[in-house]
Amino acid sequence: MFTQTPNNDYQFRHRHILTVADLSADDVSFILGTAQSFKEISSRPIKKVPTLRGKTIINLFFEPSTRTRLSFELAGKRMSGDTFNISASSSSTVKGETLVDTVKNLNAMNPDVIIIRHSRSGTPLLASRHTKAAVINAGDGCHEHPSQALLDLMTVQEKKGTIAGLKVAIIGDIGHSRVAHSNILGFNKMGADVHVSGPATFMPWGVESLGATVCYTIEEAVKDADVIIALRIQKERQFDSLIPSWREYAHFFGINEKTLTLAKPDVIIMHPGPINRGIELDSDLADGHRSVILDQVTNGVAVRMALLYLVMGGEG
Amino acid sequence: MGNSERILLRNGRIIDPLNGLDQKGDLLIDNGKIEAINFQGYLETPENCQQIDLNGKWLTAGLIDMHVHLREPGEEYKETIESGTWAAAAGGFTSVCCMPNTRPVNDSEAVTSLILDKARNCPARVYPVGAISKNSLGESLAPFGEMKEAGVVAFSDDGHPVGSSLLMRRALEYGANYDALIISHAEESSLSANGAMNEGPLSTGMGLRGIPSVAESIMVYRDIALAEYLNRPIHLAHISTREAIDLIRRAKDRGVRVTAETAPHYFSLTEEAVAEYDTNAKMNPPLRNIRDREAVRAALRDGTLDAIASDHAPHSSLEKNLEFEEAANGIIGLETAVPLTLNLVRADILTPLRMVELMSLNPSRILKVGSGGRLEAGGVADLTVIDPDLEFTYQQSMMVSKSRNSPFLGWKMKGKAVMTIMDGKIRFSEPESTLN
Repeated sequence: MFTQTPNNDYQFRHRHILTVADLSADDVSFILGTAQSFKEISSRPIKKVPTLRGKTIINLFFEPSTRTRLSFELAGKRMSGDTFNISASSSSTVKGETLVDTVKNLNAMNPDVIIIRHSRSGTPLLASRHTKAAVINAGDGCHEHPSQALLDLMTVQEKKGTIAGLKVAIIGDIGHSRVAHSNILGFNKMGADVHVSGPATFMPWGVESLGATVCYTIEEAVKDADVIIALRIQKERQFDSLIPSWREYAHFFGINEKTLTLAKPDVIIMHPGPINRGIELDSDLADGHRSVILDQVTNGVAVRMALLYLVMGGEG
Repeated sequence: MGNSERILLRNGRIIDPLNGLDQKGDLLIDNGKIEAINFQGYLETPENCQQIDLNGKWLTAGLIDMHVHLREPGEEYKETIESGTWAAAAGGFTSVCCMPNTRPVNDSEAVTSLILDKARNCPARVYPVGAISKNSLGESLAPFGEMKEAGVVAFSDDGHPVGSSLLMRRALEYGANYDALIISHAEESSLSANGAMNEGPLSTGMGLRGIPSVAESIMVYRDIALAEYLNRPIHLAHISTREAIDLIRRAKDRGVRVTAETAPHYFSLTEEAVAEYDTNAKMNPPLRNIRDREAVRAALRDGTLDAIASDHAPHSSLEKNLEFEEAANGIIGLETAVPLTLNLVRADILTPLRMVELMSLNPSRILKVGSGGRLEAGGVADLTVIDPDLEFTYQQSMMVSKSRNSPFLGWKMKGKAVMTIMDGKIRFSEPESTLN
């Protein structure tokens, strides 16, 4: 299945994983191949390999997260790394210590990997300038969420056998979604045809330049789609004059059985979670046979194991 | 460096946009005044006179930067009136206008007097700009009369756009009683709120909230409309967009009393400068795209823009070594304005005469301060000597400002102010280290 391996002189050269934008198609294929080979570890009775023994991995999360943080933590632990979680306030002024100082202090304790989630775009890049550790971006502002895009790509490749040539529809708040941003770049890079739809107030300026076709109706976006990715609608958006109400959003952009009749019969439905059932995605669909939402979660651990392994130089 | 009463500057290329002169000559300074200028031959050397051969370097009326932030009172760790005026002198400026967003805000005679007190023995003249509204909150007018008497030269809520059109109307009206020029920071805040850079494909790619160009042009249009309706003058600060320039051009064509400035970064850089989340290129208005940059250049050439002002905005690493969205807006600019503007001269966008008009004559006319650009016997000896060919790399070690927040660090520059004379005294002359 994973036959798109890069040519022989390919080498993974990234010290940090900050963005999908930085990755080549060869890098993505290589990461997905590596993740696939690690996936089996999580289904063993003894879910542990010694690959990252003696390596220190810090989860530095400035935003609340359950799934992503646990996924990274499990990935580290299943490879015998020592993982630590730090939850910090996202505002440096409230905290009384700047981000740069926090990172410098962590660096002084010689960690091998720092995984950062932060509400401000570009923060992982800033952090990477102040530590010798490898930095992995676990989501920065409205910028990127590379590990999520990679696990989505892995899931599509598993289910469809390929990514190139597929029509992928991403529905929702594209502008505020780092998941959408990384996915547009990632799917585009791997040869898929990416369409986005949602209220026009949710479309960032010049989103076409990222490699997406904008559709003003959801019907246009999902027509003949192989993959539909629904995004979580943030509650507060209706107060930013971006949408009048959840109700209107659900009526015009919620994904339901009727929408799906336009897509390919074997369409798969994805969602980065957590789901607002009945808003962006019909509740039955989320649990139905076309939903691969829980496969995404499973693959998330494998992708993060691969990333930890690769930024550590691929040695074990 | 010398401080003798008499200085004879020989062999200068005297650039005088007021009289349209650009020719070789000598200039004698005596007791703070220009004693004589001779374009034809050779001024006789009086006794006890320091002679300086300019070897064809440019000699101009002292440059005036009509838009700087000196941070005193209140944020002396970023800049003081003293350090800021040394930076001005090092950049070739004999006069600066300091914006009122200090702590406290300059909205009173007391703060104005404090600033002028501190400026008394400084190497550049300081012309304070008073606030339009009390505490620059945009609610009620500050006491224009009291501040004007104390010495402010104009009024602006720079940094805090006047959101209320009624208040802007009142400021323009009330200003008539005191011959008070209003300087507008034109920004429609509801459109720019939480923005960190110019809105466009790059802001989308970087995941940053954008500040659209229309946030500037909408407010520029409002300000022009009010000035036209009331037949009052208005000056528009730090213009950055093509759309605003089009509006200003059309307003000038129909006789509206509008003047406008831009800053060197808007004709030198584009939004690409922030692509690596470089907070030293973060400012408001933000760096725009290449079409805006070209429009700014064209407008400097054709007269739509009247002045180049640095918007010198010192910040320390406390405000800049942060997440991009958390970092403060603004860059220092006093020491790079001349070299960056000389780039436009070399690109044949500006003539040397036009450059001096933009940096000395026009600011002097708009603000009604200084010599009015006059270079003639009896005039105040505020003078700048520019070596247009001096090549140097802009480095931390040569920065005179207290702050270091410049996107031009490491740039190779060509041309520099090499001597600044204010009130007949040499306040700055280029150290040998740069000359070598």
